[in-house]
Parts: sequence; structure tokens; C-alpha cells
Amino acid sequence: MTERLAYLWPELSLFIATCVVMVLGLSPSRETRRLCAWVSAIGLLVAAGLAVNAPVDSEALLPNLMPFAKLLIAMVGLVLLMLLAGTVDRDYEAEIASGRTVFHALRSNRAEFYSFFLFSLTGLMLTASAESLIWLFLALELTSLPTYIMVTISTRGTQSQEAGVKYFFLGALGAAFFLYGFALIYGGTGATHFADIAAVIAADGMNPILTLGMIIGLIGVSFKIAAVPMHFYTPDVYQGAAAPVSAMLAFVPKAAGFIAIIVLCALMGWRYGPGGESLPEAVRLLLWISAALTMTVGNTLALRQRSVKRILAYSSIAHSGYMLVGVVAGPGSDPARFTTNGIAAVLFYLLCYGFMNVGAFAVLAALRRPDGTEADDIDDIRGLCHTQPVLGWSMVLCALSLLGMPPLLGFIGKFGLFTSAISAGEIVLVVILGLNSAIAAAYYLRLVVTPYLERPAERDAMAVQRVAIPSRAIVAVVSACSVVVLVLAAQFLVTRSAIAGRVIETKPPVRAQTQP
Amino acid sequence: MNSVLIPAAMLIPVIFALAVAIMPAEKARGTALLGMLLGAVPVLGLLFLFDYQNAAAFQFAGSVDWIPEFGLRLSLGIDSVALLLIALTALLGPICVLGSWTAIVERQRLFYSWLLILQTAMLGVFAARDLVVFYICFEFTLLPMFILIGVFGSTNRKIASIKFFLYTFTGSLIALAGLVYVAWYAAGHYGHWTLDIGDLASAARTMSPTQQGWVLAGMLAGFAVKVPLFPLHTWLPLAHTEAPTAGSVILAGVLLKLGTYGIYRFVLGFVPMAVAEHAPMLAVLSIIGIVYAGLICWVQTDVKKLIAYSSVSHLGFCVLGLVAVNATGLSGSILYMLNHGLSTGALFLMIGFMYERYHTRDMGQLGGLASKMPVWSSFMVFFVLASVGLPGLNGFVSEFLCLIGAFQSSSSLVAAGHPGATPGALGPWYAFFAGTGMVVAAMYLLIMVGRVVWGKLVEPHEHHHDDDGSHLPPDLTAREVTALIPLALGCLVFGLWPQPLLGAIEAPVNVAIRSFEFEAPQPTPHPEHAQADAHVGEVAP
Repeated sequence: MTERLAYLWPELSLFIATCVVMVLGLSPSRETRRLCAWVSAIGLLVAAGLAVNAPVDSEALLPNLMPFAKLLIAMVGLVLLMLLAGTVDRDYEAEIASGRTVFHALRSNRAEFYSFFLFSLTGLMLTASAESLIWLFLALELTSLPTYIMVTISTRGTQSQEAGVKYFFLGALGAAFFLYGFALIYGGTGATHFADIAAVIAADGMNPILTLGMIIGLIGVSFKIAAVPMHFYTPDVYQGAAAPVSAMLAFVPKAAGFIAIIVLCALMGWRYGPGGESLPEAVRLLLWISAALTMTVGNTLALRQRSVKRILAYSSIAHSGYMLVGVVAGPGSDPARFTTNGIAAVLFYLLCYGFMNVGAFAVLAALRRPDGTEADDIDDIRGLCHTQPVLGWSMVLCALSLLGMPPLLGFIGKFGLFTSAISAGEIVLVVILGLNSAIAAAYYLRLVVTPYLERPAERDAMAVQRVAIPSRAIVAVVSACSVVVLVLAAQFLVTRSAIAGRVIETKPPVRAQTQP
Repeated sequence: MNSVLIPAAMLIPVIFALAVAIMPAEKARGTALLGMLLGAVPVLGLLFLFDYQNAAAFQFAGSVDWIPEFGLRLSLGIDSVALLLIALTALLGPICVLGSWTAIVERQRLFYSWLLILQTAMLGVFAARDLVVFYICFEFTLLPMFILIGVFGSTNRKIASIKFFLYTFTGSLIALAGLVYVAWYAAGHYGHWTLDIGDLASAARTMSPTQQGWVLAGMLAGFAVKVPLFPLHTWLPLAHTEAPTAGSVILAGVLLKLGTYGIYRFVLGFVPMAVAEHAPMLAVLSIIGIVYAGLICWVQTDVKKLIAYSSVSHLGFCVLGLVAVNATGLSGSILYMLNHGLSTGALFLMIGFMYERYHTRDMGQLGGLASKMPVWSSFMVFFVLASVGLPGLNGFVSEFLCLIGAFQSSSSLVAAGHPGATPGALGPWYAFFAGTGMVVAAMYLLIMVGRVVWGKLVEPHEHHHDDDGSHLPPDLTAREVTALIPLALGCLVFGLWPQPLLGAIEAPVNVAIRSFEFEAPQPTPHPEHAQADAHVGEVAP
């Protein structure tokens, strides 16, 4: 157990930052409270530095996953942190500054907000370093539990509370599902450690209890990635939460869910089926149907939305479906190659998705209506390229990238999914993916046309304004630039993803002899 | 040093697009014209420096690694077919700017900068030697066109632009699946990933007939929408009718050719066995398109819609020539791509000039314009005759070659020892039915000219010359005539003297045909022959 600590330095650094932030945020001194965001940033930077030098766990199923995933989490976490800064307690702090009220620790949410964000990221990193079912369960819960509270406290409005409650109950349902599934996996193999489970499966093959456990577990985890049939909460929760928190919800639990799904699938290995390169038929069918339905449901329902947040929520459902295609495809015959490795494609897509989606949410977060509420309706971003050129163009670029317009980052990501799925022989799924991208074009085009081509509203009183938090606009610009600039660095990112997505198959004969 | 010419031709429009975007609006059109003309200079260089003795080889080649993991390289190079289409694109560019000079009043910067970007994307499609570069440019033509139609179109512009985008985007994503399948197959064939079009072509030809059939279906989903082939053509009339003049000219002149060029380069080059097998079906679809679209034209009252449907009809000949898979049909088809670009592009320009003056395109409200606009009318009659296929003008040569190609393309005739017959799966009947399309075309185009140009002068009731503020004279201005003269010269010269063009494309056409030689001895394709002949032609498309 103690040697496992060597892999956990990034998590520990985040955890320490969490504790410090929690105390700092309760300080009566305003200057000290303001340190919260900076300490969180330092914690994340240290975690990123430690993740770069993280040792490779040669025992794990995905030995190179940890450094890649943790670095990705820390980098996107930094962007998210900039976006989240200033979400809670702005009015309260203003009141204190004006002397109308005095600081009271119970009324302040700042400490909780930052520390829960870091907690959630810690959970996400722990998911990547999980080595047993119990660990995985705890890590997934650590990722999700703080987000329920963050959703609830993100705005003072009742819709956030409604969103929080909805998210919590459905999240609890999901957790119950995958816990039940994990229990069945334990029942089917008699082990909780991944190495042991993989060895048992490699030696004895799948049995019905195990298959059932995997299926239930995967259905439960699909709550985290908002895949059909566990997607119902997404639009309501994303709309109810403040835009920065929605941006976080669209990345952090999703990343955790995909890492968990990849690990669960790696336990079984992609060595069944006629060609010997697919998951056990029942599981493959489940993921196949889930991928197809998730894409189609997400894209179809997004078509009729007027709320930009709901559009992005449904689009996030659809993107989960795209990524599931990569999971179905699996690492392929030559996992070192990005082009045939679906897991690498998923990891790379997660990166692309992280930036372009955060960018779109950041534009919303950086705007407010004249009455102080958040910009959300599609009319709010009408003519944004004329009134707020920087934000407008960020929205246009992010929407085009989400659409998969070549040559932006989203296209490269989708191309990886295409090549890996075709290599795995999942032609039908690829065609569904293609058709879905085309459906998606219809609503992403609205996010391009409305800010860019349409004229802003005539009356200035109706026009949205930029919020007084410059970091949000910076996040929007950084994300929009990265969907362009990262294309040039694609070779580097793609090879990193290919290394991270390498799945080590447990060799049946060798392990079978060591079993008692 | 020559390898900088293609990148220069592609970069100059983009640079000017940026310049136009930040300039004062009143200087936009002048800058755009300068950009188009300067962008044409490297293309002139290409035309003069191209080695026509070695026309099938890809010249001016250059490449830079981008994502070696995919085998993705920024790789450019042109053979004579690509060269001629690039020349057509470069010719139409300045003409479009001239044609929009007064038509586009508002948001000029937006219009001209996207027009310039579109120019780059189109050049990229023809010059690409890498699959993904081709695809990126192919897809990127959508966005500018979407904006040109969606912002500057007429009443139904929104629906038209979205329909245009979704139709072509859906099709090309399925085509991407087919192309990626080929890339995956080629990766297994070579042992490493490559996206070089030439390498992919030679690998793809070793695929089994079933695989080729599926790849054919996938690719056609993308390219047939673009052409457009019969059941997939419904976006085109709407898009054309709503598009601004320059949009229509580019759409008819170049964008539709992306489809036929895709069929030529990818479908014929990659999956010859499947083409040989399914040629009759494709030919039937194109003949239905020729006749059906022709009949629709006959009852149109909107002049622009008429020309739009006539494009569907004419492009049917183009596809027919391609699937005839013999040198005659293929040369005719490639020639048709150029000629259709000249004559139909010019017709859209003419309609645009008329619309600017009368604000209607309804034949019921217009008539006898010859007395009011003699210069316009002369050009109109000239281009209509070119489009009809009057011998001596350009349409005739290419249409005739396509029909001859279809006529001679019959393996059974070869087997029966008929002189002049070439391998292929079509035959005289195909040519006969397609030929009826020529008759229909003559009817609807001449009826249109008869009503609009000759007869008693009819002008729209609410028409007043001075209320639109543009102060256009009744007849064409010098600027408009300048835009039309190159097109008219092209129609005349290539009609009377098509030999240089045919000579230039002879070599690549022969290379393309060679990949069908597996079929020559027997009427039915045999996979093992294809295996044996797969490596014929180093520079195949």
C-alpha cells in the first residue's frame, strides 16, 4: 500500500491545497480570503509539475495513463479555476467591503466552493490511479459529491437548488448502480484488485455474474458521462447551475466516468469476438447501443433548444456518445498506434472536448444581462461578434470546433475516433457517428450564425454586457486560441495519447499458473 | 522554387481576405479585386511552367509533415486536370468580384473576405495530394458558401443556406468514413499509415470487389451530393436561387466540379472494380438527372432556377462521361467541367446583371429585353447557345465527347469486334437517352431566351430606374462587359479549338483508364486481374 503513495503525489498536493483553502476562506480578513484562488492555482500547478514526473505504473492495466490523465486534469483544472473564480460570494463580499454587513463564516461559501472544486479534481486524479474496485468507487464518489454542493451554491437562485437536488438524487442512483455492479464483479471473480480480477478473467473467461456486474457497473458509470439511459439530468442541471460550474460538470465527472469505463473494459480486455479484438459480446452490445443512442438523443434534442446552456448540455451528451465509439473500438491490434487505438482516441478527444467546451461555457459566463442574470438565451448572443468581438469570435471558434469543422481541433479528435473505429471494423457505428455530426451541425451552426451573422438587438438596454471578472474572458480567449493552436501541436498530443492509451493485456497462461 | 507557386496562389487570397476584413468598407471591393488578380498571377505561372509533356505527373509538388502519426502531410501537387480546374477557379475569382461590384451594398467586408477565403479552399481541393488536406479544403468550402448564401441571399436564404450546408456536410462525413476505410486498408497494405492520395490509390485497388463496393457507396454519398446526382440534387436549385450572383457563379462554376473532380480522382482512381460493376446504375442515375432536370427546366418561370436545374442536367453528362470509363468519355467529362464553369458561370452572371436592374427573375414579368439592353441580350444569346451545345462553341465539344464515350463504352461491342468500341459497361442506348437531354436543353434554353430577349418589351410594373440608388444604366456597363469578355472568349476559343485542352489532359486520362484494364478481356471483372494490375501507373490519380 505504501509504495502506491509514490503515484499519489499530485493528489496529495491537491489535497493539501484543499485543506489550506478551506481554512483561508473562513478568515475574517478580506485579503486572506482572496488568497483562496491563488492557493488553489498553486496547488494545481504543483500537481501538474508532479504529474509530469509521475512514475509509470508497470503493473497497471494502463501503465501510462496516470501521467497523461493527471497532467490533463491539472491543466484543464487551471482553466476551470480561472473560470470559476468569482462565481460565489461576489455580492456578499461587496456588501462587506461597503461596510453594510460584517463577515460571518456561516454565510460565506467561498471556502467550500474552492475546496470542493479541488476535492473533485483530487477524486478525478484518484480515479486515474485506482487499482481496486473499492478505490475506484471511492474516487468516483469523491469526484461527484463535491459537485452536488457546488451546483447548489453556485447561484443564489432556486433553480440552482433544484438542479443540485436533482443532480444529487440521480447521482446517488447512479452510484447505487455501479456499487451494485462492482459487488457483482467481486462476486464473480472473488477479487477487488484490478490485477487479480484481470487475472481471473484472463484465466477463466467471463461468467454470467461477472457479465451482469460489468453491465450494471457500466450503466451506473454512464451517469457520470451523461450517456443514455442516465442522461436525463444533464440539461436541467447545466441550466440551473452557474455557467462556470456547468463547464466544470461537463468535464470533470465526464473525465472520471470515461477513465472508469476504460478501466472496467480493460479488466475484460478487447480479445473476444470473431476477430479477437472486441469486448465480450454482451458488453460490446451494451456500449454499442449506448453510444448510438447517446449520440442520436443528444443531437436530436439539442436541435429545438433556445437556451445555449441546454444546447451545450445536449451537445455534451452527444460528445459522450462519440467517445463511447472509441471505447467500443478498443486499443486495437497495435495499441502503440494512435490511428488504431480507440482508447487513445478517447483520451485525445477528452482533451479536445475539454478545451472547446470550456470555451463555449466561458463565453456565457463572461456575459450578463442588464438585470444581472446570466446570459443563456440564444438571443443573448445575437450579434455578439459586433458588440463583444473577442467573446463573439471565441464562441464562433469553439462552436465550429465542437462541430468538427476541419481543420480545428475537434476535427482532429473526431478523425482519431473515425480511424480507430474503422480499424476495429465498427463501420456502422462510424456511419452513425458521421450522420450525427451532420445533425449536430444544425445547432452548432446556430451558435455560429447568431453571434457572427445576425445583427445585435437594436436597443442597447437589452444588450448583454461583459461581467467585471476579466479572468472569464481570458478563459474564453485561451480556449478559443487553443482549438486553433493545438492543431499545430497535434502530433505531440497524439503521440502522448497513444502512449497513455496503451492497454496491457493480461496473459492468461502465465497468470493462470500463479493462481492458487 | 516552382513548388512555392501553389502555396502562393493559395496564400494570397487569404492574406487579402484578412486585409479586406480590417479595411474600411468602401475599399473592400477594390482590395478584393486586387487580391483575386494577384492570386491569379501564380496560377499564370503554373500554366506557363507546367510541363505538358509529362502532364500525368504531379508537378510543383511540395510537402511538409504535419501529423506523422497519421501519415498526414501538407502535401500539394497538380497534374494537368487539377491545373486546368485551378485555372478556371482563378479566372472566375476576379470575375465574381466584378460581378458583385454594385450588387453587394451592405457588409462588403464580410462578403469579399469570405469570397477570398473560398478561393483558397477551392484551390486547395484541386492541389491537395494528401487525403486529409483534400478533405479539409473540401469541407472548408462549405463555410464561406454558407455565409455567402445565408447573409447575402434573397428571401429564403436561411433555409437555403442551412439545407446546402447540412446536405453536403452529411454527405461528406460519410465520404470521410469511406476514405478513412481506404486509409486503414492501405495502412495494413503498406504496414504504416499514409494519406498520400497516390499511395492510397494503388493500395485501394487491391481491395476485394465487396470492399470496393462499400467504399464506392461511401464516397458517392459525399461526391454525388456535391455534383449533384439525381436523387440528391434537391439542395441545389434552392441554394442557387437564393445565392447572390457571385455565390451562384462560384457554386456552378467550381463547387459542383469538386464533386465530379472527387469522382474522377477518388472514385475512379480508388475503386475501379466497383465503378465497372456499378457504372450502369450510375449512368442511369445521371441520365435520369439529365432528362428529369431538363423537363423541370421547361416549366420554370424563374430564370435563375431554370439555369440551376440546367446545371443538374449538364452535370449529368459529366458523370455519364466519367462512368463510361474510356478515354473519350473521360476527356469529354473533364472538358465539360471547364466548359460548364465558363458558360453556366457566365449565365448566372447575366441573370445577376438583369436582376440588379429589374429586381425580378420571373419570366412572366420580363420580355423583349433586346430592345432595351442590346449588349446584354447579345451576350445572353451567346452564352445560352454555348450552354445548349451549338457546334462551334465549347458546350458542344464536351457534351458530344461524353455521349460518344457512353456510346462506345460497351464490352459486348468489344467482344463482338465492333470498330471503335472501348471497354465499359454502357452502350448506345445510354447515349441515346442521354442525347434526348440535349434536345430538351435546347428547348428550354431557347424558350427562355425567346421570352426574355425577343418579343415585345415587358418590364416589371413597379420598376423604376432611379429608386434603387445604384444608378445603373439600362444596358451593361464597361465593368460588366469586362467581366463577361474572358468567359465569352473562353467559350469561343475552346469551342473552335479544343485540341490544346484535350492534348493537355490526354496523359492523365490515359493513366486513369489504365486502372480499368483488368476488365478488357472479359465483360465481368475478375478480382485476380485487379490484384495483378493494381500497381499499374505510378502517377495514377
